[in-house]
Amino acid sequence: MKKYTFTEKKDTRSGFGAGMQVLGQQNPNVVALCADLVGSLKLDAFIKENPERFFQCGISEANMIGLSAGLTIGGKIPFATTFANFATGRVYDQIRQSVAYSGKNVKICASHAGLTLGEDGATHQILEDIGMMKMLPGMTVINPCDYNQTKAATIAIADYEGPVYLRFGRPVIPIFTDPDQKFEIGKAWMVNEGTDVSIFATGHLVWEAIQAGEQLEAEGISAEIINIHTIKPLDEEAILKSVAKTGCVVTAEEHNRLGGLGDSVAQVLVKKHLAPQEYVAVDDSFGESGTPAQLMEKYGLSAKDIVAAAKRAIERKK
Amino acid sequence: MKISKEEILQNPHPISGTLRLKILELYHQAHAGHIGCSLSCIDLMIAVLLLEKAELDTFILSKGHAAASLYACLNWLGEITDEDLTTYYLDGTSLPAHPAPGQYKGIPFATGSLGHGLPIGTGVAHAARISREDSYAYVLMSDGETNEGTTWEAAHYALQHRLDNLLMIIDKNGLQGFGSTDQVLGDTASAEKWRAIGFETVEVDGHDIRAISETVKYLKTQKNGLPKAIIAQTTKGKGVSYMENKLEWHYLPMNPAQYQAATREITERYLIEQLENV
Repeated sequence: MKKYTFTEKKDTRSGFGAGMQVLGQQNPNVVALCADLVGSLKLDAFIKENPERFFQCGISEANMIGLSAGLTIGGKIPFATTFANFATGRVYDQIRQSVAYSGKNVKICASHAGLTLGEDGATHQILEDIGMMKMLPGMTVINPCDYNQTKAATIAIADYEGPVYLRFGRPVIPIFTDPDQKFEIGKAWMVNEGTDVSIFATGHLVWEAIQAGEQLEAEGISAEIINIHTIKPLDEEAILKSVAKTGCVVTAEEHNRLGGLGDSVAQVLVKKHLAPQEYVAVDDSFGESGTPAQLMEKYGLSAKDIVAAAKRAIERKK
Repeated sequence: MKISKEEILQNPHPISGTLRLKILELYHQAHAGHIGCSLSCIDLMIAVLLLEKAELDTFILSKGHAAASLYACLNWLGEITDEDLTTYYLDGTSLPAHPAPGQYKGIPFATGSLGHGLPIGTGVAHAARISREDSYAYVLMSDGETNEGTTWEAAHYALQHRLDNLLMIIDKNGLQGFGSTDQVLGDTASAEKWRAIGFETVEVDGHDIRAISETVKYLKTQKNGLPKAIIAQTTKGKGVSYMENKLEWHYLPMNPAQYQAATREITERYLIEQLENV
């Protein structure tokens, strides 16, 4: 097992803020919008350095999406930001008609995704956003794994022409990827090569998958771990190559098991390479109030759940 | 036959009649509804698209169900070919019931899901402002669309950011999908309401092309930080007496006899009588 260590923990939303600061300096076409959550989205540096390129929308998310679509006329690249719940479900028709169907170059950047926003509870803990966004034709869906990768992804999507959903979160998690990485949309990242089971993880579940890989190694099981930071377009080649070697799959995500990464991977397996697959995901349920750690534990998203799923998948190969 | 802007302003009836006939032809060919909605706003669109819209301006037909009126105007302007028009409503067409984006420069956004136009237009107006470009965003809405919360969200954003290059035009025919606006949700398109929130608001006869044109010209000179509202009093089905102010002509298609009667009346009212009057 390749060794991954960290010296610092940070939230991925701060990686987004850092990426925005870089974009503010590098790309004059980038503009940012927010629905009265600038502190939560870590936009302070961007706003301070580029006050004329920040637009406060107030608590009117649907309008923010329409505005963003309109702002693309003339070449601006709008980054529309709020909590994931309000950036997707609340404004789905606006995204569908004005951004996706209209083919506009809008970046929807969503913080506080999933259970781990914590104590605010189920009203704010969206677990359906990846599904909704990936169903929109032409929409790119990205869920980076740590601070550095979120920063790199933020910078990368400005250079990509087309609508993007970028998902990140609130919990403070280990930083284990390269600070100078080049983020390639749609290209899965090999975290660890292995032979017995493929673990495809997204978001901060990649770190859990690494912990799981170490535990499995101690038990003599070799896990291949791949970071699927881009859920759409999905890197089918990387998935098929891995499963051809290992013969079974675990998918891990902080999302409803319906409609997330797991289902995207399952489609590939059904069409091109039948293999047992186990889901580590929220089992079609709303969340609840709690600390991120408590919720990860209760809803079955921790390293030990990935270990158990890996063993089940391997068992099913026989 | 090409008619100049000056000729239109001198006598707007021929163009108004000609494009009405084109709209009826499209709906007849497709055996489709939304005729009343298109006849209600065609004079507003003539004033904006044929007379007042500059090259850099953007026009958004938020009430996308009146697509036939947009197609007739863009055909007149040469952007949509006669050949394309023959495919209206058919398989594989670039001209569906509600405008589809990406095919014509004059149709930059998908519209028809109501309440999306003003947010988009506000974004377009703001983009022009930050690029320091002297251009305008026109959004043509139905009065029913002022039921939508997004309309009011966008309005407050436009006020807050002093987007005086945003021109909202409400086609106020008083009838929405299945009832009069008064019965459905009350008059959310009243000039008092728009004035009260701070839009520079002008009421106009939505079938008087000269008056609409003058109103637009005037409002474009008002660089006072106030977004603009043109509340245009219109008649649903205008020009065809059996359709006028009749709710059912929101959705109904015409049978062959109705089509004949409609074209005959438009020809008489807009083309023959008016020529005699000149």
